[in-house]
This record gives sequence, structure tokens and C-alpha cells, in this order.
Amino acid sequence: MVERTPILNFFTHLILFIGFVFCIAPFVVVAIAASHNLKDVNDVPMSLLPGSDFWVNIKTAWTTADLGPKLLNSFIVAAGVAAGKVIISALTAFAIVYFRFPGRIFIFWLIFVTLMLPLEVRIVPTYAVVANVLAPYQAILDATGLSWLIEKVSGVQVSLNLGLLNSYTGLILPLVATATGTFLYRQFFLTVPDELTEAARMDGAGPLRFFIDVLLPLSRNNMAALGTIMFLWAWNQYLWPLLITTDQSHAMAVTELKSLIPNVGGTPEWHIAMAGTLIVMLPPLIVVVFMQRWLVRGLIATEK
Amino acid sequence: MEKRVTFASWTIGILFAVPQLLLIFTFFYWPAGQAVYWSLTLQQPWGGGNIWVGLDNFRSILANADYWNSITASLVFAGISTGLAMFIALVLAALTDRQLAGSRLYRVVLIWPYGIAAPALAMAFRFILAPEAGFLAVVNKGWPGFWDPGLDGADAMASIIIAFSWKYVGYNFIFFLAAFQAIPRSLIEAAAMDGSGVIRRFWDIQFPLITPTIFFLLVINITESFQDSFGIVDIMTSGGPANATNLMVYKIYSDGFKGLDYSGAAAQSIILMVLIVLLTIVQFRFIERRVHYR
Repeated sequence: MVERTPILNFFTHLILFIGFVFCIAPFVVVAIAASHNLKDVNDVPMSLLPGSDFWVNIKTAWTTADLGPKLLNSFIVAAGVAAGKVIISALTAFAIVYFRFPGRIFIFWLIFVTLMLPLEVRIVPTYAVVANVLAPYQAILDATGLSWLIEKVSGVQVSLNLGLLNSYTGLILPLVATATGTFLYRQFFLTVPDELTEAARMDGAGPLRFFIDVLLPLSRNNMAALGTIMFLWAWNQYLWPLLITTDQSHAMAVTELKSLIPNVGGTPEWHIAMAGTLIVMLPPLIVVVFMQRWLVRGLIATEK
Repeated sequence: MEKRVTFASWTIGILFAVPQLLLIFTFFYWPAGQAVYWSLTLQQPWGGGNIWVGLDNFRSILANADYWNSITASLVFAGISTGLAMFIALVLAALTDRQLAGSRLYRVVLIWPYGIAAPALAMAFRFILAPEAGFLAVVNKGWPGFWDPGLDGADAMASIIIAFSWKYVGYNFIFFLAAFQAIPRSLIEAAAMDGSGVIRRFWDIQFPLITPTIFFLLVINITESFQDSFGIVDIMTSGGPANATNLMVYKIYSDGFKGLDYSGAAAQSIILMVLIVLLTIVQFRFIERRVHYR
């Protein structure tokens, strides 16, 4: 900046460069290992010159782990979570900020609390809910005596049952049910000038019109940021898809990686494992590289 | 903060809030309540509902040496990986913020690890740190048996710490860099004019001004080390060897879904929830207040 500090500058460059190497090295090693054949990849030390089997390995990993449909599933779930968050959070934030209905503060806190407990720590009961998503409502009907009443009046026994295991809905909905996005929108809506609302109202716009024609176009940056973060977050989910997809047709790419780990005592097919890893880490990496601006902005705004 | 101008009719407001409320009721509050209920009851092995056992589940967990081992492992993991990831990220961000030539490149690349799924990077590190094939095999050739995460608990713990820290250096870097860049340039220039050097400026101006970020990241890193570690543990060590890396979330998963002990897993979930809520409260109540200098 203002002074000459040659020694310090040298160390700055040195340390940053070492950091850079450590940051990049795993990517490079994975890519190089993915290009070797079985013998070369198990050489000690492994040669850092790329081998010639890259496409063969990619193809083998692709077929062994059946990555085509898995990547598609990952994509559907990640896009679904991102879209769900972007839409539902906008609606909720609009309700909380622009209306004064009774219980508004209570609702705000109800949503705020969900920020604290991630899905991972309440995984067991959430699994039970997804196995029959209507169970909570059945329990409420039973407890209030309503199901008894309905049975008496109409003769129909109420038993609500809707299993969401092995379905996109079951994968997506629990991931949407947190408050991160709501707060991002809330902070932003609070900075939108009141004059805009007044002007819209004076022109005869109702809340719906104002939301669609004024607020949403203004929130485009927020939507991009939130969408990017949520896409990455959902793509990288592991525990949740692992639990609720017992059926291969709904498995996600990240959970399939496990099938590529070389068995102890078996052939150490690290070249295939690394090719698979490369395929799975590539889509989020592309998102990070191209959406970096939104990613950084979104992370810092949601403090997530 | 409140809006001055709002809409008079509530219908749309309430309608708009309904989807979110339904979602969090079904997938958050109900399961959380269920976890409390399960943790206080015991499921009959032959079906026929749960019987009330009070705090027995908690007692049996807390009397279990495996559980304490899991807590210790989680705390060791949280402590070391948080310290490592934050320290490295702080140094890199502070140096990048000096804006020497090439700092743009670092700003772009150092963020990449954060985008990678925990299981994917765990695969990469499992290979890199493999005792027989990867790069540490070279060391093992010189000193046989020096490094073996499959047999040695400390080596296994070191492996998952390295993998986790690698990802969170990228994450912490984003926040630290943003915090450094939010410091008005004029402050630092004024200090430079007064003759303070780079290191002095760091300790007396930049460091105090980013303490809120440090404490924010401290809490986030610790909470993430409880949850985001699952994929890493599952791929790299499966909790072994001899439970050395059986972290809390991994134990909940294996007890609940492999051992089918829902009550025990629920009680463990409750303890973990309380731990995380306490951390969050500590952040909001005490730390946030103490570190805001502005």
C-alpha cells in the first residue's frame, strides 16, 4: 500500500502460494489419479504426470455407479430445493414484513427457531414423519377426538397415510423446511423504501400486485444468491438422501460415491473411485466458479 | 425494525405464510416434539406402542462409556478442526487483503473447496491419505507402520480433521475477507501515515474490528463440525477404528438406523440439540455484545 515492505511482501506471496497449492492439490490429484490405470495409480509415489486412461476410467465409473440417472436425480432435488426456498421464503417474508396480522411476532419466532437445529440432529423423527407425512395430522385428529366424531357420523375410519420415502417430494420438502431464505428476504424487504409501497397503493395496487410487480423484480439479486447457495447445499446433502432412498431409482450422485470405495482386500481401483469423485464434484464446482459473486453475497447476507 | 407502510387486508398475508408454516410444522416442530417423546419412552420390541420410562434413556446413555467416548471424539474434532480452519483462513484472508499482485486469483480460487460435497472431498482425501497407495505411502515405505488410519485411531482422527478443515478454510476465508474489506481503507492509511507497520496495523486495527466475524465463525464452525462431519466420517472411517472417530451425529445414525434403537438415538439427538441451542444462545447473548466496538 503506502510503504515498501519487500521482506513482508515476499512472505505474503510465499504463504499465499502455499495456501493456493494446498487448496488446488486435491483437485489436481483427483484428476490425475483418474487418468491412470490400475497399476500406475497404486504406484508409490503415484506419478504426477497424467496417464492416458482418463476417458476409460470416467466411462467405467459412470457405468459402475450408474451416475447418469443419479446426477439427474441430484439435479432435480437441488433445483427443487433451490426453487422451493426462493419461492416459499419470498412469500413468508412478504407476509411477515408487509402485514400486521395478529400473531405475526409469534410466527416470526416460530420460523426463527428453525434456524438453530439442522436436519442432521433431528434426523430420526424426521425420517418417521416422511415415512407417513400425514401422521402428525392423524395424531391431531385422534387427540382432539375428531376422528372418532367423523367415524360416528360418516362411518368412515380416518387413517391418513402418505409415504414419501423414495420420492422427490420426500427428498425435497424437509430440506426446504428451514428459515435461512426467509431472513435473507426479510432483511432486504426492510430496506425497500416505504415510498414505493405508498406510490403503489396510491396507484391502486393491492398487495398481490405490489408483490409481483415491484418487490419480486427488486429481489432478483437476492433470488440469485439464495438459489446458488441452496442449490449447492442440496446437491451436497448426504445423510438425508442416504436414509430415505432405499430404492436405487431415487438415489443421488453424492450418496453413490460410497459404492466406489475400494473394498479392503479387493483390487484397489482408486482410478475408478477418483474418476467418480471427479464427476460428482464437478457440477458444484462449476456453480461455484460461475456464480461466485452470488455465492459470496448470499453467504454473507444469510450468515449461513 | 418495522415497516411504516403496510397493507390493511390480512388475507394475503396469512395465505402467504401458510406454506412455510405447514412445512416447518410437519418437518420441524413435529419431529422435534417426537424426538422428545421418544427419548422419554421405550418402544416395545414386539410392537404395541411405547411405554413411559422417564429419564431412563438419558441415564443409560450417560452411563455408557461409548457415548462419552463419542462426545470426547466430537469435541476433539470440533476443537482442532475449527482452530485449524479458522487460523489458516484468517492468515490467508489477511494476506489477500494486502492486495498485492495476484490477490485476485487467490480471492477466486481459495473459495472453491467450500462448494465440494463433504463425501466427495472425503473420497479424495481417503485416497491422498491412504496408507498403501496415496502419498503418505511414501512415508510408510521409509518407516513401515508410521501412518495407518485403518488401524490407528489418532491417524483416523487426523484424516477427518484434515478433510473437514480443507473445506472450511474456504468457507471461513469468504467471511474473513469480506470483514477485512469492510474496514474503511482510510483507517489503515491513517495508521500507516502515523508510521505503524503492517503487523502493528493488523493487531491494533484490523484484528479488533473483525472480532465479531471471528466469534460468528467460531460458533458456525463448531456447529458445522457436528453436522457436516457425517459424510466425511462415513466415507473415510465409518466411525472406526475402535470407535475412535464415532462422532455424535454418526453415532445417532448408527444407533438409530443400524441398531434400530430409536429411543436411544432420540435421547442422543436431544442432547445434541441442547448443545447446539446453548452454543447459539451463548453467541447471541454474551459474545455478540462483548465484541462490538463500533
